[in-house]
Amino acid sequence: MEATGDSDAIAVERTLAGDRDAYRVLVERHSRNVFRLAYRMTGNQHDAEEVVQEAFLRAYQKLSQFAARANFGTWVYRIAANYAIDRMRQRKSEDAQREPAGRAGDDGIERDTMSLVADAAPSPERLAQSGQLAVHMRRALSELTPAERTAFVMRHWGGSGIEEIAEALKSTSSAAKNTVFRSVQKLRRALEPFVEGRGQAKAMGTES
Amino acid sequence: MKHPNEEELIAYQGGEVLRHDAIAEHLTDCVECRTELERIDAVLAAFSSMPVPDPGDDYGRQVWQRIAPRLPEKRKRWWNFTAGSGGLTAGWLGPRRWAAVGAIAAVVIVAFLAGRATKQVAPQTNVADAGKVRERVLVMAVGEHLGRSEMVLVELGNAEPANAQQKQVNISSERRRAEDLLEENRLYRQTALEQGDAGLANVLDELERVLLDVAHSPQEVTPTQLENIRQRIEARGILFKVRVVGQELQQREEPSAPPAKQNGSAAQERNKI
Repeated sequence: MEATGDSDAIAVERTLAGDRDAYRVLVERHSRNVFRLAYRMTGNQHDAEEVVQEAFLRAYQKLSQFAARANFGTWVYRIAANYAIDRMRQRKSEDAQREPAGRAGDDGIERDTMSLVADAAPSPERLAQSGQLAVHMRRALSELTPAERTAFVMRHWGGSGIEEIAEALKSTSSAAKNTVFRSVQKLRRALEPFVEGRGQAKAMGTES
Repeated sequence: MKHPNEEELIAYQGGEVLRHDAIAEHLTDCVECRTELERIDAVLAAFSSMPVPDPGDDYGRQVWQRIAPRLPEKRKRWWNFTAGSGGLTAGWLGPRRWAAVGAIAAVVIVAFLAGRATKQVAPQTNVADAGKVRERVLVMAVGEHLGRSEMVLVELGNAEPANAQQKQVNISSERRRAEDLLEENRLYRQTALEQGDAGLANVLDELERVLLDVAHSPQEVTPTQLENIRQRIEARGILFKVRVVGQELQQREEPSAPPAKQNGSAAQERNKI
């Protein structure tokens, strides 16, 4: 981890010195992590890929502001979170204008193909407990507001602190804390009927 | 202590330190709250195990290939030279606009060299000549831009499901191209405004709204949604305007045309659209 941090720092310095190919190292090293965050936030692959590209473009643009920081991975991750929430909000307002009764969730996030397929054709395999749970989880996430989804993903997958989440949400710490709480509360309400009585280990998807 | 409420338990589960010790102590004695916490844990654990598609080992390279052409050089601040004295400012250039700026820069160079070769411009180019070169550059670049925009709009007009079984029409290609064109369009509109060509700026402004509409459409649309997009395009008559302005720009490009008079009359014609 330390070695990666060091070589990240070197790549950043070289990029800032005008060696554009040095930036390639950073992009290739961190793209998959940023994709995972972006996918969890946007709920679909197309938007996630757009978030990844935009995050690295923005990071390049702002690279001189990064110089004093230690961890490029965390930094680009935060840029991606900022962009993803803007993107989700933009989607939401566009969808609200154009398709009030459309198929998108009420936060404007497209339901991904897998959940739609599962809804339409629940084959016995797909209805196996773990698969069914995954469908419910995706749906529960897609029903959060962009801010709640961002807060939840950053907190529970990204391990971000409240301050960092507040920065991404452009809100105060107490508002961010409240958003984290609301997100967990909503997910509980949506998921508990399916997790209930199956025990913690089973809920983790290890059940066969 | 009294039972912690749901918010406090969730904050506790997330590692928050406020009242942490008091809640921990309470949990050792209270089965009810322990069960509640386990239920929260179970839900969060389920989310932790939620799968994410693997974009593949090659993903980083793919991302690089997509963004590399859009990354500006760090040291050469060449954009200061592309827009003339009243032109672009660095703050105006968002990250997504770099590709468009690059395209304009390329056109500037080509047009400038072409101008020198065909007209044998004297080594000491005067201000008026520089103005003409800039105008020609804008004319050429916008002409090409309008051509590409027209193509996207025409393709949208002809789009249909890939086969009879599919109920949705995939317009992802048109959408992506509209996104790219949108960035260019903003630059050209701004430049047209700066050069006092209000008529051209107006048409570009209308085109921008249509491109925005397309760029923000879903990747796959139902025939009804597609029809709505088409109707919005048709309602603005944008395709017609784009064609008219495109033709007008082509005429402007003709080196034999008397520039000042031609521009004046053409602008009047266009403003009647």
